[in-house]
Amino acid sequence: MPFEVHKMTAPQSDTPADPVADHNQILLAAAQAKQIAASRRRKLADKAGNYLMPLLTVSALLLMWEALGTAFPGGLPSPSMVLMDAQELIFNPFYDRGGVDKGLFWHVLTSLSRVGIGFGLAAVCGVLLGAFLGTVDWARKGTDPIIQVLRTVPPLAWLPISLAALREAQPSALFVIFITSIWPIVINTMVGVRNIPQDYVNVAKVLRLTPGEYFFKIMLPAATPHIFTGLRIGVGMSWLAIVASEMLLGGVGIGFFIWDQYNSSRMSDIIVALVWVGLVGFVLDRLVALVGQYVSRGTTAD
Amino acid sequence: MSKPLLSLENIYVDFERDGVISQVLENVSLSVHKGEFLSIIGHSGCGKSTLLNVVAGLVPVTLGAALLDNKEIKGPGPERAVVFQNHSLLPWMTVYENVRLAVAKLYGARENLKQLHDRTLHNLELVKMTHAKDKRPGEISGGMKQRVGIARALAMEPKVLLLDEPFGALDALTRAHLQDTVMELHERIRSTVLMITHDVDEAVLLADRVVMMTNGPKARIGEIVDVKTPRPRDRKQVLQDAQFIDCRRSIVGFLEAHDHAHPAPAEPA
Ligand SMILES: Nc1ncnc2c1ncn2[C@@H]1O[C@H](COP(=O)(O)OP(=O)(O)OP(=O)(O)O)[C@@H](O)[C@H]1O
Ligand SMILES: [Mg+2]
Repeated sequence: MPFEVHKMTAPQSDTPADPVADHNQILLAAAQAKQIAASRRRKLADKAGNYLMPLLTVSALLLMWEALGTAFPGGLPSPSMVLMDAQELIFNPFYDRGGVDKGLFWHVLTSLSRVGIGFGLAAVCGVLLGAFLGTVDWARKGTDPIIQVLRTVPPLAWLPISLAALREAQPSALFVIFITSIWPIVINTMVGVRNIPQDYVNVAKVLRLTPGEYFFKIMLPAATPHIFTGLRIGVGMSWLAIVASEMLLGGVGIGFFIWDQYNSSRMSDIIVALVWVGLVGFVLDRLVALVGQYVSRGTTAD
Repeated sequence: MSKPLLSLENIYVDFERDGVISQVLENVSLSVHKGEFLSIIGHSGCGKSTLLNVVAGLVPVTLGAALLDNKEIKGPGPERAVVFQNHSLLPWMTVYENVRLAVAKLYGARENLKQLHDRTLHNLELVKMTHAKDKRPGEISGGMKQRVGIARALAMEPKVLLLDEPFGALDALTRAHLQDTVMELHERIRSTVLMITHDVDEAVLLADRVVMMTNGPKARIGEIVDVKTPRPRDRKQVLQDAQFIDCRRSIVGFLEAHDHAHPAPAEPA
């Protein structure tokens, strides 16, 4: 229970009852009860705001969209049309009729597994490379301009190059994710490592920690908040990259699904898929943020 | 007399920033024998921490020699444990893990897990911090952090213990308790200790010699007084000890003479 009345110690039985103290006791209890009630009301209003306001804006937007859709038929389908057209897609994400004719869950799962591999590799390589560049000054100076240029190359621009080099669709898609999401991880890890407080370095020096011990016991934990900033940006970019690259590569995956439905002019299906893309991207971001919060608890000094 | 354990011979320490040199220590010489307890006192910013860091091996000397066991000090090492002025605990480790890191590093190769565990707990017990062993540094008070820092340094059983204002953030009672702990330890394992402090009573109570530094820049050792009050010392009884009172008076006199408001006349070059 977050709210509890901390009762004053009861007057001892052998001391004579003091009417003034008793009266004060009652007044105090009443004041405390009032405090608690006020705090409860504040919390409730806060919660209501947190859930009610988004609900209000979303329904307002949907209503507006619905009105526009009815006013100008033939353009974008209105929400009610989407609901009718894409019933199976919305309510049964798990169907599987073989080939690419699957429910959205399976498309998203395939895309997510690609992100898992590509982003996982980027995370490991990015942290290692960032730690190296953050430690070795001349290496950082040598690579900094290259990194600054490469990180601005958009995901789709990598696709022809990786297709030419790797020749197959699947590894190319993975490479695009990898190369898109690695830069923020490298850069942020590097910043984190360069900013390790001198105090921690001194402790490591006095204890004569080996490079391995230093890496795991000092460098990684000290740079954790920065590393997770990089990972969070990276996971968002990898989700952007997967949808884009799958559009061109074909096969199962949410990106190709969107492209496929576009070619058969099924706008309603595309809208449903977009909602999935957005929600999954949001969940990925929150997930990395939560893991980061958990792992870096206590890493900030004092 | 036997050879000193630690000797600083005419050391100069300069810091350079953007081509500008600031001279912090000028021609400092000091010999410390094994088992001695030295207090270092001086006004803020004069270079006390710098002097301690030279011994720790964290700051290189510009000129002169810093010798430990007749070997030049080339870098830091666990035989010269430091309790840093800002405690420097690793915030991602618990109190226990912070001490355990030092214990594992020094005794990991020779002792089994049970022994390492006991050693860690023993050192936490010395500073009365066992109750908070699973807390992180962010969850304990400044004084508690300093105590853990002391436990970590003691756990290394160093040849030379370097204390940079170790009791600065403590309340009077805890401070007295820890002073007693350090005195007992020094008595028992005869460790060599260099301790920086701003507290004149503390300096005299704990030390065999009190080193007084002049104001920076170009700080040097102004005076050294011997504290001949016999050990073990009792914090109440020493207040009546004539020697103790003498030492105290000369230190206060020195500090007043070097007050920033009334700087001592510059010495000819
Ligand atoms: N790494 C450094 N680079 C440049 N200047 C430094 C460095 N470390 C210390 N100094 C300077 O050296 C002088 C002495 O610093 P030091 O920390 O030794 O003082 P202190 O006597 O320990 O002071 P306090 O009692 O406040 O801790 C200061 O003027 C400080 O600015
Ligand atoms: Mg200092």
